[in-house]
Formats: sequence, C-alpha cells, structure tokens
Amino acid sequence: MLAASGKLDRRELTRALLADRGEMLVIAGLGAPAWDITAIGDCAENLPLWGGMGGAAMIGLGLALAQPKRKVLVITGDGEMLMGIGALATIAVQKPANLSIVVQDNEHYGETGMQETATGHGVDLVMMAKGAGIRHTMFVTKPDEVSALHKAIHAGNGPFFAVAKIDATSKPLVLPPREGALLQARMREAVMGPAAHHQL
Amino acid sequence: MDQHAIDKAPDAAAEWPDQIYSLLKTHNITQVALVPDAGHSRLIRRCLADNEMKVVTLTTEEEGIALLQGAWLGGAKGVLLMQSSGVGNCINMLSLSIMHRCPLPMLVTMRGDFGEFNPAQVPMGNATQTVLEAMGTLVHRADTPEDIAPTVNATIRLAFNTFRPTATLIGQRVLGAKTFGKD
Repeated sequence: MLAASGKLDRRELTRALLADRGEMLVIAGLGAPAWDITAIGDCAENLPLWGGMGGAAMIGLGLALAQPKRKVLVITGDGEMLMGIGALATIAVQKPANLSIVVQDNEHYGETGMQETATGHGVDLVMMAKGAGIRHTMFVTKPDEVSALHKAIHAGNGPFFAVAKIDATSKPLVLPPREGALLQARMREAVMGPAAHHQL
Repeated sequence: MDQHAIDKAPDAAAEWPDQIYSLLKTHNITQVALVPDAGHSRLIRRCLADNEMKVVTLTTEEEGIALLQGAWLGGAKGVLLMQSSGVGNCINMLSLSIMHRCPLPMLVTMRGDFGEFNPAQVPMGNATQTVLEAMGTLVHRADTPEDIAPTVNATIRLAFNTFRPTATLIGQRVLGAKTFGKD
C-alpha cells in the first residue's frame, strides 16, 4: 500500500476503505478522490463530484441527516476540505453519528499543476476538526493503521474525521459519468427505490 | 428582538413569518439551512421549536447549497434562509444544483434595497437578483406582506416540481429600513 515515496498510495487506500462497504453511501470531492472511487468501482451508491469545490463534507451532512440509518462517507482532498473548512464547525454542532470524512492529504492541488496547499506548511486538519468539536478523529500515515481507519468509518459513532497522508503522484484518470442528473437520480433510487423519481 | 440590532425584524403583528412556517410544514420541509437574518428571526424560532425540522446554522451560505444537495440525495426536502448579502457567497456552489437538477428553494430577505441606510449593503443588495438569475435561478420578488406567502409557495413548488434553484426575495419595503436613529 506504500508508494515509492514511503507514503500511502491513494488508490490502494481508497480500495481498502471501500472494502465490504455494504450500503454505505460515498461522496467524493472533485478531482482525484472522484477518480479514485470510480477506479475502485462505479456504482449508484457513489456520488463523484465534478464541481462545487468546498461542498463535499456538507453534502455528506445533508445526506447523513436525511438517512440517519445509512452510513455516509465523504472522501475528499486537502484543498477541497480547506475551501469549505467552516463545515467542520457546522458538522460538529449537528453531530451526525453516521457521517465520516476522510481527507486524502497529498499537500497539493493535484488537478491544477501540483501547487502546494496549506497542509504542507503545518496546517493540521485533524487539529482543526478537534477544535471544531469533532471528538472522533484519526491521523493516518502507515499501512498498518488503515484497518483501524476502515473500522472507524463503519463504526457509526461519528461524526468521525480523519486525515490520511498520501503520496502525491497522480494516478491514471478513471472518469465517472459526467451527467449530474444521472449521478443524483441513481443514488436517490439506490436509497429510496423507484419511488424516488415520483417524490413530491 | 434587540432594539439596537442593526437589521429589522418583522413587526409582531405581521402574519407572514407564520405563514411561511405553515408552508414549510405543508411541503414536508425537514431541513432548514440558514445564516440568520433579523427578517427571518421569527420564522427561525418557529423552526427551532419544531422537532420534525433539522435546523442547520451554517458558517457561510454556500454550505447550505451543498447541505440541501445531500438532503435531496437522501430524499429529504430543505429550504435555505439567508440575507441578500449571503447570496454572493453561494454563486459557484449553485453549480451543484444546476448540474444535478437538485431542487433548491431559497428565501432571501433583502438589504441594500428599499431605503437602505448602510452603504456596505447596497452593492450586493443591488446585485442579488442579477447574480441569482445569472446562475440559473428562477427569482420572484415579494414587496408587500400579502404577497409573501403566495410567492414563497410558488418558489417551493417550482423548485421541487421542476428540479432547479428558485428564490423569493422579500423586499426591504416589507421589513422597513433601519435608520440608526437618523429618521
């Protein structure tokens, strides 16, 4: 699971986190996290984002509040999380037990030319989540910590927030469908059945 | 309401905040996302007192666009309450609603509008309708108390029946402009 840099391989990490996912609903932030979850296997329970930078965690919150019996996982990048960092406060106050957020932190803006993000300069997202009041957190750098991370995102005693430091190397693009109406409708149908398309 | 507050809350005799609350119940709205505005203060209190509603106080209004995208993915209906200045914070995030065809009703109390005192409110207040429409939102104004409930009703229906962002702008003429004792 380690890349040549000695850091976690982002796609192997994603594969491990999504193993035995059951009915878990997954929101992926735009860019590499969206390609990662798609590479592991595109399905109706995935919402890979193409835009709305800074909104991934809040989409997870709205979904978790709407479906308190379903586990919801947000996988996103450090740049995306930093753009919507206030969401940590909003989520901490709401305390959704079924919501987990995992930041795959490569310390760079990977889609725009690998410019550095603040997390490479000492900004600690786990400390920020703790400061917001999110009590269950993890900071992961090693393969032998990944099984505990997997257990935590499935435990249902959230809100749970983790940062996994990952290798910055870009992976081959594996693109999900680009039609947003399809992505939304298929997840709604996965949650509510065909009745989803007749909701008033 | 703090009489020294800068924003104006609706008059105690005004019926429209309670009418909006009734409409939210009629339409099975269960997530209420907001950044507070004095104009919405009574409606917010009604929602907070309702155990069937999740009131989510946001750190910035664009969080509400994303929250309600998630709500709809899970089959819950929501509404976003904010002041006109908050509309400016929402612009790019509205891409989510358009891209996914997500119903998104917004109820906006106007500042920088009819008889504004504070110059800082005017640039965004003056641009509110234009920028919402530039981002594909269907916008209707309500400038009299009697107009508010039917306009809000239409805004909620239009969002959930036709899958898009919609907005009611509640004019400052309804709320009255704060004058800081200079009237």
